[in-house]
This record gives sequence, structure tokens and C-alpha cells, in this order.
Amino acid sequence: MGQITLEKVTKSFGEVEVIPPLDLTIEDGEFTVFVGPSGCGKSTLLRLIAGLEDITSGTIRIDGADATNIPPAKRGLAMVFQSYALYPHMSVRKNIAFPMRMAGIDKAEQDRRIEQAAAALNLTDYLDRRPGQLSGGQRQRVAIGRAIVREPSAFLFDEPLSNLDAALRVGMRLEISELHKRLATTMIYVTHDQVEAMTMADKIVVLRAGNIEQVGSPLDLYHAPQNIFVAGFIGSPKMNLIEGAEAKKHNAHTIGIRPEHIDVTEGSGTWTGTVGVAEHLGSDTFFHIHQTGLAESLTVRAPGEVNLRHGDTIHLTPREDQIHRFNAEGLRIP
Amino acid sequence: MARAVTQKRKMINTALAWTIGLLIFFPILWTILTSFKTEATAIADPPVFLFFDWTLENYSVVQERSNYMQFLWNSIIIAGGSTILGVIIAVPAAWSMAFVPSRRTKDILLWMLSTKMLPAVGVLYPIYLLFIELGLLDTRVGLTVVLMLINLPIIVWMLYTYFREIPGEILEAARMDGAGLREEILYVLTPMAVPGIASTLLLNFILAWNEAFWTLNLTAAKAAPLTAFIASYSSPEGLFYAKLSAASTMAIAPILILGWFSQKQLVRGLTFGAVK
Repeated sequence: MGQITLEKVTKSFGEVEVIPPLDLTIEDGEFTVFVGPSGCGKSTLLRLIAGLEDITSGTIRIDGADATNIPPAKRGLAMVFQSYALYPHMSVRKNIAFPMRMAGIDKAEQDRRIEQAAAALNLTDYLDRRPGQLSGGQRQRVAIGRAIVREPSAFLFDEPLSNLDAALRVGMRLEISELHKRLATTMIYVTHDQVEAMTMADKIVVLRAGNIEQVGSPLDLYHAPQNIFVAGFIGSPKMNLIEGAEAKKHNAHTIGIRPEHIDVTEGSGTWTGTVGVAEHLGSDTFFHIHQTGLAESLTVRAPGEVNLRHGDTIHLTPREDQIHRFNAEGLRIP
Repeated sequence: MARAVTQKRKMINTALAWTIGLLIFFPILWTILTSFKTEATAIADPPVFLFFDWTLENYSVVQERSNYMQFLWNSIIIAGGSTILGVIIAVPAAWSMAFVPSRRTKDILLWMLSTKMLPAVGVLYPIYLLFIELGLLDTRVGLTVVLMLINLPIIVWMLYTYFREIPGEILEAARMDGAGLREEILYVLTPMAVPGIASTLLLNFILAWNEAFWTLNLTAAKAAPLTAFIASYSSPEGLFYAKLSAASTMAIAPILILGWFSQKQLVRGLTFGAVK
């Protein structure tokens, strides 16, 4: 079980309020991702749930019971840190055993769970090494192993992949997703990387300056961003935002259109511009278009190889049904 | 050419280092040498350095006249006891200062250290009266407590600097893993700080061993450590340099040997944290 509820939770550091009153429910078994730019309070929020920081006011409930004043050790949550935070003086085996030792689980059961976790995480050959003798990916696996064995009611991940190189990150992303499918335990995952958020989450919580901007499934956020901030943050490359006369035509202050929803058309199109940088990925080509009279620069995705060069004139046609409209406050117009 | 210059400079530096080292060590060397002379050679003018009739007579006289083992035992108990007691008190104190600092933590640290600037004699009278009142005069317990209190600021300060080097996330991980404060300090913090704690122990053991002011003023016979043992040879029956030297050599030998074997640890400990 692992339903976590935040009721009117606030956090201030001295005079500075980093989390204004906030309500959020994370359902049992859900993979929830907190995403936002750095300094948005997502890590603080996770640390409040963990109990590593005291909340200033409000209530945190775990499975319905008030956990606000329960110390982190007693909340039954496991955490994986960005720096891995392994115990450098203990072997991998002892690192993984530590939470079970604290819980007073008997030795035979400890060994059984260690073997099981090690097998699942490819650590069997490394159990007698010290963390200092492991690579970054292996250390991260040990940290995850240490979290698994205590069978927590929820896992908390604080940017666990940001110290890994790109290739390893993709692999670990899959491993964590698979782990979630297998254990079906609540997981809360903090990241500033919207790709991680999109690929892993059941539910994404977009945060800015301690405020929840939107909560929803990855595709909800992609298809119906509630405001300009979410529109710009979710999706890669970023959504194009256009103000002025073109927006007026759609009865909006600002319109947004994703790069993948603009078609490159031969001969003529709704919009015309000059090709700036073209990024060829093989499967797709991204064009950065200037001098459209709409915005500083537009990003357009064309499938496959398109032979347009720097300085060429390009004709573009947006898909009308994929245009997002926002009012002067930046909120979505339905 | 360039190489030759460095070589020359190296030699000069080495010679200089040895000279300074010998200068600093000379009084100890002279004491040790004198302890092997007869009283007459000890005060000979001009002084003799190495070429004299070596004798162990002083040592046997000193052994006969006073019970070296009792003084040694007192020294070990007082220095060891005050150091261990100090660390037991200082670890939680340094923990709280390093990991949950308040706005005044720096001030408290400085204030603690400032007590070391107070001339000890300034508090001799009140402490002496307290000792009489509590029946602690000439007891090892009393001396252990006083030496612990005197060295506590240094122990806390040293441990504080070591603890500051330990990443807080590891302690937070321990908390998430179900460790209470006691387990966190015992199983995670202390093992990680072992090098720091070891050099703190060592330095404070040496400081307590050499502490003379309080040991001389607060003890008479029963609890007197080696500092009192040396002092007992310095005054009453005129000056007997050779015997005084023998007593001194016997008093400093244990700590000198301990220091010699642990110098690597000590140097590492004292410079730890200076360079990251």
C-alpha cells in the first residue's frame, strides 16, 4: 500500500516561501513524476514527503494516516539519491542489508532478499566490493537494491539518473520502469528532464516556483497543456509560441504549435520563412526557421530527409486542429 | 642545467629542514643524553656531548626512589580517560553543529575555542575550591574530568571539521533506511570519520599526557601522573640534572614512541580538510 496525500502543505525557509499551499494525491501503485526547471521546489517537495525536511504547515498522509510528524525512518518509504549516497565503508552486500539490519529482519531472510535483488539488478558478482570500486551505473543499481529490499510502501527518486552518461541513462530509465511494472509499488520520481517524465510517468506533476502548474498523464499534458508554461516545458523540441496578428486570427493572445504539427509544403503554404540551422537526425530533420514575421524563430520537424539548405525559402502549413490557444494570462482557451 | 639547479636547491632545502628539525629536537636529545651521564659530567663546563662514560645509574636511582609504574599508570588513566570521555561528549556535539547548524553555531564554536585563550591560572582558585568541596583533590576521577573539559573545545572543533567533510546525503540515506539517531552516529557517521576521530584521539591523548598545570596543582601523591614525577626531581634537594633527565626521559618515552608510530595518522589528521 502506498497512497500519499498532501493537504495544504507549505514550506518556508526563513522568510522565503518555497512551497505555497499545495494539495496533491498520489494513488497507490502510481508512477508519479515531479518535473520542472531547477529551483521549482520539486526536490523540496520530495524531501517533505520523505520527512527529511519539516513542513511549515499542512498535513501529509501515508495510506490515510497522518505522517506529518513521523520521522523519516518510520515512514516506510525508500529513497534513491542523486549522489547515490552509498555507505563508502560497507561492501555492496552490507549496503543493501543496512535497511533490513535496521528493521531487525533475521539473517536468513536478509540473505535471501539480497540474493534476489542482486540477481535482478546484475550485482551478484559485485556483492563483496566497496562502492568506490563500482562504476556510476553499478552504484545507482546498488542504491536501488538498497531501496527494494526493505519493501517500502513507496519509492522516492531524487534525480537518480542525472549523474549518468546519456546511454546509461536510457538503459536505467527502462530498468526503473520495468521495476515499477514488476513491483507495482508507488514511485515518486523527481527530474528536470521532461523526456524522463514523459517516458516513465503514469502521472506528471509540473511545478513552477512551488506551484503545481498541471497534473495529468503524459499525453494529457502533451495534448492539452493548461497554460503556456506547461506547453513550453513538455515536448521536445519546444512548442512554438506565436503572438500578435496571427494569434488574433484564432481569437487568442498567444497560439502554440508543436514542431511535429507543422508540415513542410512544396510551392506554397500558410507561412513562409528562411531556413536557418537544419539538424539532420536521419529519421527526422529539424529546421529552425527565421523571417517568418511570426516569431523570432520557429522549429519545424519534417519526417526523414528533406533537402533544404541554409538560406532556402520554406513553405509551412500548420495543422489547424493542433493549434493551442492561450489568453493574455497565459491560460488555455478551450 | 635546469636540472642541476633543482638538485642543488633540493640539497639546500634538505639541509635546512634537517637543521631546523635538529634544533627543535635538540633539548629532548640533550635530556636523553644527560640522563646517561653522572651528575658531575652533567654540569661539566664546557659541556660534553657524546664522549663520556655512559651510565644507567640515574635510572636505577630514580626507580628506587619513586614508583615509576604508579605515575605511568595514573598518566595512562588520566590521559586516556579524559580523551575517551571527551570524544563521547564531542561526537554528538560536533554532529549537531555540522549537520543541523543553527544561526549561532559558528558563534558557539568560537566561544568554545575562546575558553582556550583564558589563562588557566585564572580559574585555578574556583576549581581548587570546587575540588575541595567535592572531595576530588588528588583523585584520578577529578583530574580526568578537568582535563576532559580543558581539551573538549579542541576535540569538538576538530571533529566538527571532519564531520563537515562527510556528505549529508549519506546520513539522510541512513535515516531513510530506518536508522535512528543512535544507529546513524554509530554505524554510519563514526566509521566514515574514523581517520578524523583517530587523529583527534591521538592529539588529545598527547595534550592530556603533557598537561602540567592542572596535574601539578590538583594532585599530591595518589593521583599524580608523570608530569608530577618529573617535577618531583626538579626542586627539593638542589638540582640533580642527570636524575631529572632520567625521570624526564622515562616520562616522555611512552608518548614519544606513540607519536613516532602514529605520525602519519597525526599529520594527515591535522591537515585533513585543508585541501579537498
